[in-house]
Amino acid sequence: MRIEMPVWPFPRERPLDPPDRLTDLRATCPVSKVRMYDGGQAWVVTRYDDIRTVLGSDDYSSVNTWKYQPSASRAEAERGEHSFTTMDPPDHTHFRKMLTRHFTVKRVAELRPVVQTIIAEAIDRFGALPQPADLVAELAYPIASRTMCHLIGVPYEDREWFEERAEIRSVIDADPAEAAQATIDLLEYVDRLIGQRLDEPQDDLISKLAHELLVPGRLTRPELVATVRLLLTAGHETTATMIGTATFVWLTHPEQLAQVQADRTLLPAAIEELLRYISMLHITVVRRAKNATELAGQQISPGDGMIANPAAANKDPAAFENPDLFDIHRDARHHIAFGFGVHQCLGQQVARLELNSVFGVLFDRLPNLRLAIPAEQVEFGNSNLIGVQSLPVCW
Amino acid sequence: MHIKVDVERCVGGGQCVLSAPRLFDQDDDDGTVILLAQPEPGEEDDARQAARVCPAAAIEIID
Repeated sequence: MRIEMPVWPFPRERPLDPPDRLTDLRATCPVSKVRMYDGGQAWVVTRYDDIRTVLGSDDYSSVNTWKYQPSASRAEAERGEHSFTTMDPPDHTHFRKMLTRHFTVKRVAELRPVVQTIIAEAIDRFGALPQPADLVAELAYPIASRTMCHLIGVPYEDREWFEERAEIRSVIDADPAEAAQATIDLLEYVDRLIGQRLDEPQDDLISKLAHELLVPGRLTRPELVATVRLLLTAGHETTATMIGTATFVWLTHPEQLAQVQADRTLLPAAIEELLRYISMLHITVVRRAKNATELAGQQISPGDGMIANPAAANKDPAAFENPDLFDIHRDARHHIAFGFGVHQCLGQQVARLELNSVFGVLFDRLPNLRLAIPAEQVEFGNSNLIGVQSLPVCW
Repeated sequence: MHIKVDVERCVGGGQCVLSAPRLFDQDDDDGTVILLAQPEPGEEDDARQAARVCPAAAIEIID
């Protein structure tokens, strides 16, 4: 008898819970072969410890993982487009260490006043809109975009143009030609900005990177262009989707929201729990086995594709009791919503700053904020990130 | 308890600074870990937490 191999990604029955099939596999066969949409095969890893092993160990590589990625990344790989996310140490280390100084806990904390001002202004504008309004498009995106534009040094007026191109790249079943064109457009755009900042430096990341790295020849221009392109799109849809989806979680858990409103010292831990509970990375991350190895009783061969998905790890009952429950009182700090291993999100402190700042004021400024449609009707998107597509609210 | 850090492995995630700000800092030049102090009694849990969440396994706890 031939057993049909399950096709990845598995469909979700409930938008914020892992697919039932994944939960079943974790209990029965925690490292399993799956079929990819193009007919290829890969291993899906379902347990917290094993996922950390795959993402954290030198036995697994980030090079040439494009085969297991949705179409935008594939189109990029076929064009030979690489950023440091698809490198291994020591190449990766060389790139990452040039950037990390701009994303340390201390440096990001210096952004707090600017981010708080951006948020206050965005909430004011949002509060003046006719009701109901879409919190994702009208509040979450403006906050995430303005913050990234400020940090990187991209004109905010261009945001619709590059957000549209970023979105084309992240839709799961994107047309590869369209995704490739969107990438080319973004690279050309970034290249022009770098040219401008070489001539007229500003107080922004593009200027700093251009003068610290490009001028002394530590990076080539195409390398810097690919790096800035990555920074530009990495902190946008992610944070915006997280702000929208977290608002949805708060509005559907009013008792816990009331507790945080009454005691703001609970907020930082609650943000970690939101990151764990929502776990937006529901399809990736992908690695390739470098060496023959064993994982959860399976023989892994060199070259095998490994799907080591943070959402699966963050909902493993061995790591988090009652994992499908949202509980702000748990210690969720060991979640891997930002990934794990040397590629863990470079901008995670910026995301934390934005989330803590938004939810430190949103429900004070708009105390009657509520869903304008039943919770079951809120739409979740079809992208690399799981999260609310739009969130109609009144206040 | 004694902490050892491996600057070569460190990727500057900053998780240790969030877990135990009195024990860890990040270098201004490349963001890598700086060990500020060895844990005093009462700081062992924070030190263990820092090691547990380090994405690059750059923090070793020696009991």
